[in-house]
Amino acid sequence: MSTSTDPAVLTAYTVVCRLDQIEVEGGVAALVGGVAVAIFRTHDGNVYAMSNYDPCSRASVLARGIVGTRGEIPYVASPMHKQAFDLRTGQCLDDAAIRVPTYDVRVADGMVLVGGPRQET
Amino acid sequence: MSPKHRKTLVVAGHGMVGHRFVQAAIERGLTETHDIVVVGEESRPAYDRVALTSFFEVGADELSFLPSGEYDDPRVRLVLGATVDGFDPETRTVLLSDAQGQESVLTYDELVLATGAAPFVPPVPGHDLDGCFVYRTIDDLEAIRDAAAGATVGAVIGGGLLGLEAANALAQLGLETHVVEMAPRLMAVQVDDAGGATLVRHIEKLGLHVHTGARTEQVLGAERVEGLALADEEPIPAEVVVFSAGIRPRDQLARTAGLDVAERGGVLVDERCRTSDEHVWAIGECAAPGGRMYGLVAPGYAMAEVVVDALLGGPGSFTGADMSTKLKLLGVDVASFGDAFAATDGALELVYADAVTGVYKKLVLSADGRQLLGGILVGDASAYGVLRPMVSSGIALPDNPEELILPVGRGGVELGLPDEAQVCSCNDVTKAQILEAVGEGGTCDSASCVTRCTKAGSTCGSCKPVVKKVVEEFFAAQGRVVDKSLCEHFPLTRQELFDVVAVHGYTRFDDIVEAHGRGRGCDVCKPTVASILASQLNGHVLEGPTRTLQDTNDAYLANIQRNGTYSVVPRIPGGEITPEKLIVIGQVAQDFGLYTKITGGQRIDLFGARMEQLPEIWRRLVDAGFESGHAYGKSLRTVKSCVGSTWCRYGVQDSVQLAIDLELRYRGLRSPHKLKGGVSGCARECAEARGKDFGVIATEKGWNLYVGGNGGATPAHARLLAGDLDRDTLIRYLDRFLMYYIRTADRLQRTAPWIDSLDGGLDRVREIVVDDALGLGSELEAAMAWHVDGYFDEWRETLDDPDKLARFVSFVNAPDTPDPNITFRAEREQAVPGESSGPVALGTTIPVGAPR
Ligand SMILES: Cc1cc2nc3c(=O)[nH]c(=O)nc-3n(C[C@H](O)[C@H](O)[C@H](O)COP(=O)(O)OP(=O)(O)OC[C@H]3O[C@@H](n4cnc5c(N)ncnc54)[C@H](O)[C@@H]3O)c2cc1C
Ligand code: FES
Repeated sequence: MSTSTDPAVLTAYTVVCRLDQIEVEGGVAALVGGVAVAIFRTHDGNVYAMSNYDPCSRASVLARGIVGTRGEIPYVASPMHKQAFDLRTGQCLDDAAIRVPTYDVRVADGMVLVGGPRQET
Repeated sequence: MSPKHRKTLVVAGHGMVGHRFVQAAIERGLTETHDIVVVGEESRPAYDRVALTSFFEVGADELSFLPSGEYDDPRVRLVLGATVDGFDPETRTVLLSDAQGQESVLTYDELVLATGAAPFVPPVPGHDLDGCFVYRTIDDLEAIRDAAAGATVGAVIGGGLLGLEAANALAQLGLETHVVEMAPRLMAVQVDDAGGATLVRHIEKLGLHVHTGARTEQVLGAERVEGLALADEEPIPAEVVVFSAGIRPRDQLARTAGLDVAERGGVLVDERCRTSDEHVWAIGECAAPGGRMYGLVAPGYAMAEVVVDALLGGPGSFTGADMSTKLKLLGVDVASFGDAFAATDGALELVYADAVTGVYKKLVLSADGRQLLGGILVGDASAYGVLRPMVSSGIALPDNPEELILPVGRGGVELGLPDEAQVCSCNDVTKAQILEAVGEGGTCDSASCVTRCTKAGSTCGSCKPVVKKVVEEFFAAQGRVVDKSLCEHFPLTRQELFDVVAVHGYTRFDDIVEAHGRGRGCDVCKPTVASILASQLNGHVLEGPTRTLQDTNDAYLANIQRNGTYSVVPRIPGGEITPEKLIVIGQVAQDFGLYTKITGGQRIDLFGARMEQLPEIWRRLVDAGFESGHAYGKSLRTVKSCVGSTWCRYGVQDSVQLAIDLELRYRGLRSPHKLKGGVSGCARECAEARGKDFGVIATEKGWNLYVGGNGGATPAHARLLAGDLDRDTLIRYLDRFLMYYIRTADRLQRTAPWIDSLDGGLDRVREIVVDDALGLGSELEAAMAWHVDGYFDEWRETLDDPDKLARFVSFVNAPDTPDPNITFRAEREQAVPGESSGPVALGTTIPVGAPR
């Protein structure tokens, strides 16, 4: 979850939905700048966003996956073939070569805001 | 080889050994060069004669080795109900006659005699009266059963191994039973006096009358049997008499053709099982290698392999066989192996006897006490599996060999078998072969898989405990603990989790993982918990917090497809549908541009629905009277049916009605894996019911219930659980079977492997479901009744609930904008998924949030 408070950054954010529209350990898909983005909410109260596109199955489905933990890592399992993706980084936990783009996301006044794609770190 | 050079091989007799010969011929490629014609006198294809007595319990189907009546290899022709009347080695022809007495002639290049043996009936006066039987074929047993129906007392002449089996059968049929044996003890061939005496005590305790040292002088009666007259004893009254006074090889064909026969009967063959004519071979009980016939199946199987080998140009030979026997007679274990009578020079005997528990054990040791030569076990034969291989492998005995036969707890040692030790004598499988199957390069991960792949344990079953032990020891040595934990979050099996949830009455995943697990769950345990909660609570799968536990398909009540769209399958119970409903399905498909295909389960699958279209599609279907088909759930799919007696001129029962009733009864039932059923209206089995988890086949008297079938990558034929049931009993057994499966199976374990995994397999299921051995019957039935009463259509409820519907949107901020990543192309005039090469962005001109 991004903690940026820089007003210049905030303007680049899109309001996508109310927080209560996302179930705990559930996900929703949103259109952000014409792109399908999956937004998840975990049990510990965090919100994460990554591309909805599952590179393994080549389908736009990640928001519909099951959210859980692997060790300490919060992850979503692709609903297609169950590959696991780290919600924080988009890293595929079953294949080091695969990573899904993540997005800045924040919650304000009970609303969920999604920013631009994060730069690879 | 061109077809005209193909040779013809004729097999006379389709019994256990004839069948094994053909199997081996197919497996080892003999049919590449030979056409095989098998002629069998019995009306049925080969069956398990060793298990003949269980016919009364399980019926003929279960015993059959070839239920389809034909081999998979088209170059093998099976002619049943036909007899080989003679053959001529000069012209290499055999003379056949079929059931109608029609004669024909076949030419052969090679002839294999596998005609088995016939029971010997001593020529006492009255031996051919009505009510006299032998004990060899299924036909014999059917006749005995019919005769027993109107009788109260039966007698068996002969107290050998087979005679005791027959006595067992008569007792099972409810007759007061006498065993008359001329020798001074029972099972004279296998056990000594002390062992025989122990056996008599066991058998008399069970209410049978044993007469040893008793010679039958006459069968009494005018037309029908009335009793037996014995020398020096009072006559015995009896209405059913079974002769079991030994067997004689059926060597008449060879005698008539002028081939050599052994002095004491049997077609004389050399160590390659070749007769005195070079193109004629003999195997099984009709053959006498080196002048000796073998009345057990294992040597016959070995002979079958030897002849296939010889015909392929191989070096195999038959050099005698292990005559060890182990059986359970009337619940009493009896085993005899190796040199049981201490005939070897200087042999020592070591005896343990406990008159109170009725246990008698004897070991025969070499003069130096270092080697085991043989033994006899009565009352407790659990050591047989370890002892018998010790004889054949000749390994040195431990210092205190008496430990081997002392009861566990008073010593008793674990013995490492050498790799070359033969574990399964029926199928000649060594320990090394079992280790190979489970080791690296092998494909087996369990004892039941080893039995399937190596055949070890598949015949008499007496070696199964040792097979299991060898496999377990191997895994343990490898440090391969078979971890049954569901996943990293729960150190429990599915069954344990099921019980935990039931005992505590949990309704929420959070409570369960907090109390019994760790972390926040995963795509393995969450759907498992969802399924367990669904089975126990009967709630809606999209209700409240269980929603996020559901697997891909359950989460949207539809089946996800490769491009992220869904397929829709309305329920069509039993595959029966009106034209009006068919038209609705067609119109819905047309209006939404869906690809349509008929499924294997007799319904219609509509593909290519976007998630946001699902409610609209289902509104139309529900309004037309359809309901969810649960094609997306680990739950009952369909109960397939043939058209049954309503239309079919062969049908004997209304299979469609029963299929509909069963499908409606079990619809919506969540289970460890998908469940399929089938109902056939007659034995032709057009519904392929035996390929289903539960299959029902009509009989003249009611219904046969089969369980544990499936198609797919590891197909399995369903096996008979109970026969000739009326409708109510059938449903009661099915209720129990399904509920017990739901409670105890592993996650994603279909019924076939589940049954295999139970200790006792199908017999165990029968004990629980039919005999109600655990007393669970009414509880299981009540659980099913609760399911049936609580059923509702998931889709209809979803349509009525705005909360649940809210999730069926493409984008939370653009509910009706189709996902640009989903594309279609046309194939054979229908829409199919387009390929995606990467994420696609929608043009920024599309107004986000605006209606379509
Ligand atoms: C009740 C019972 C229990 C047994 N228990 C055991 C046991 O525990 N362990 C064990 O090892 N063995 C046991 N046996 C013995 C075992 O069944 C036989 O060893 C085995 O069946 C021999 O096989 P086979 O093919 O030689 O003979 P069969 O199985 O008898 O087959 C011969 C077939 O050839 C047919 N035939 C004969 N003549 C002709 C012809 N002219 N034309 C066409 N067809 C012909 C016969 O009808 C028969 O179907 C048992 C047998 C019985 C009856
Ligand atoms: S010893 Fe009979 S099946 Fe193995």
